[in-house]
Amino acid sequence: MHIAQSWIDIAYLIAACLFVVGIKGMTKPKTAVRGNMLAAIGMGVAAVITLLNKHIVSYEVIIAGLVVGGTIGAVMAKKVQMTSMPQMIALLNGFGGGASFAVASAEFFRGGAGDVVSIIATGAAVLIGAVTLTGSLVAFAKLQELIDGKPMGFPGMKLVNAILFIGSLVAIGYLVVHPGVESVFWALAIAACILGLFLVLPIGGADMPVVIALLNSYSGVAASAAGFVMGNSALIITGSLVGASGLILTSIMCKAMNRSLTNVLFGVMAEAG
Amino acid sequence: MDFVAELALFVLAIFLGVELITKVPPTLHTPLMSGSNAISGITLVGALIAAGSDAGTLINVLGFIAVVLATINVIGGFMVTNRMLAMFKRK
Repeated sequence: MHIAQSWIDIAYLIAACLFVVGIKGMTKPKTAVRGNMLAAIGMGVAAVITLLNKHIVSYEVIIAGLVVGGTIGAVMAKKVQMTSMPQMIALLNGFGGGASFAVASAEFFRGGAGDVVSIIATGAAVLIGAVTLTGSLVAFAKLQELIDGKPMGFPGMKLVNAILFIGSLVAIGYLVVHPGVESVFWALAIAACILGLFLVLPIGGADMPVVIALLNSYSGVAASAAGFVMGNSALIITGSLVGASGLILTSIMCKAMNRSLTNVLFGVMAEAG
Repeated sequence: MDFVAELALFVLAIFLGVELITKVPPTLHTPLMSGSNAISGITLVGALIAAGSDAGTLINVLGFIAVVLATINVIGGFMVTNRMLAMFKRK
């Protein structure tokens, strides 16, 4: 069953309102539980209405993905220790970034992104999504003590990061001029994955909560970029909403921990490099 | 949707997001981060469309990965946030 796009967009608007009220609620102790519920309902509305989208022609892959993902998510959420919450959030956030990365990749290989805006948005979703994915995995590994929590780095790391970042932008620019070149797309994806690793490795375990908050903001921006690729209002609105509110929360957390964001991101790096 | 309309949504939602977060008590920092992380799982919407488009094996595989990852983010995110908030309530 398919319905007109305008009904779907109205449902997305309702979902976006639920997210706004939900986030607002989560900033106050009294209304926090209700806020979380409202946001979850909003997500349910957005997901269910999407199933009626006319571009969806087969449901096998969707159902399989929902069952597998839902089971893993629920088991993880039930089993996790309260003391392990920060790394749990890091891991979940990494998955969110990875999902945006995968969505943008699927659009690229489908050849859906033809005009300049879609190509730039695809590149942005891949870059930010991949950085969120690998950066969050490093944050998770550090907090879970799978790897050493101490800052790690090598001389010239900042320069390498700058080259990776500029190289990624050049790759996106190349794809604008020559759309659909797969080797350049892969180069972009790999550079972004390495950039995510290198950005978080030099940061110490104590600063990780701030980094996770920042990566959460990134995953919102990645979702928003994916929204520009697909022309989807739910992704654009909600992604930028989370991107902006996540950035403000990051700066509030920095203040509470008496750290400056620039210090967290670049200060320790200088010591390591 | 045309690009300018999309851009308008994008910019206005950024301003809304900035205004939304004002004073947050430190105990709520982690749950709020967790909750907004769950909301960023909205990319599930894009994942569903990619996975349902049936445009070849590679797209199906990428779509499947996207749906799995986004669903873990959404389900895990909201459940974990709920658990954290329930703990605060009891105190």
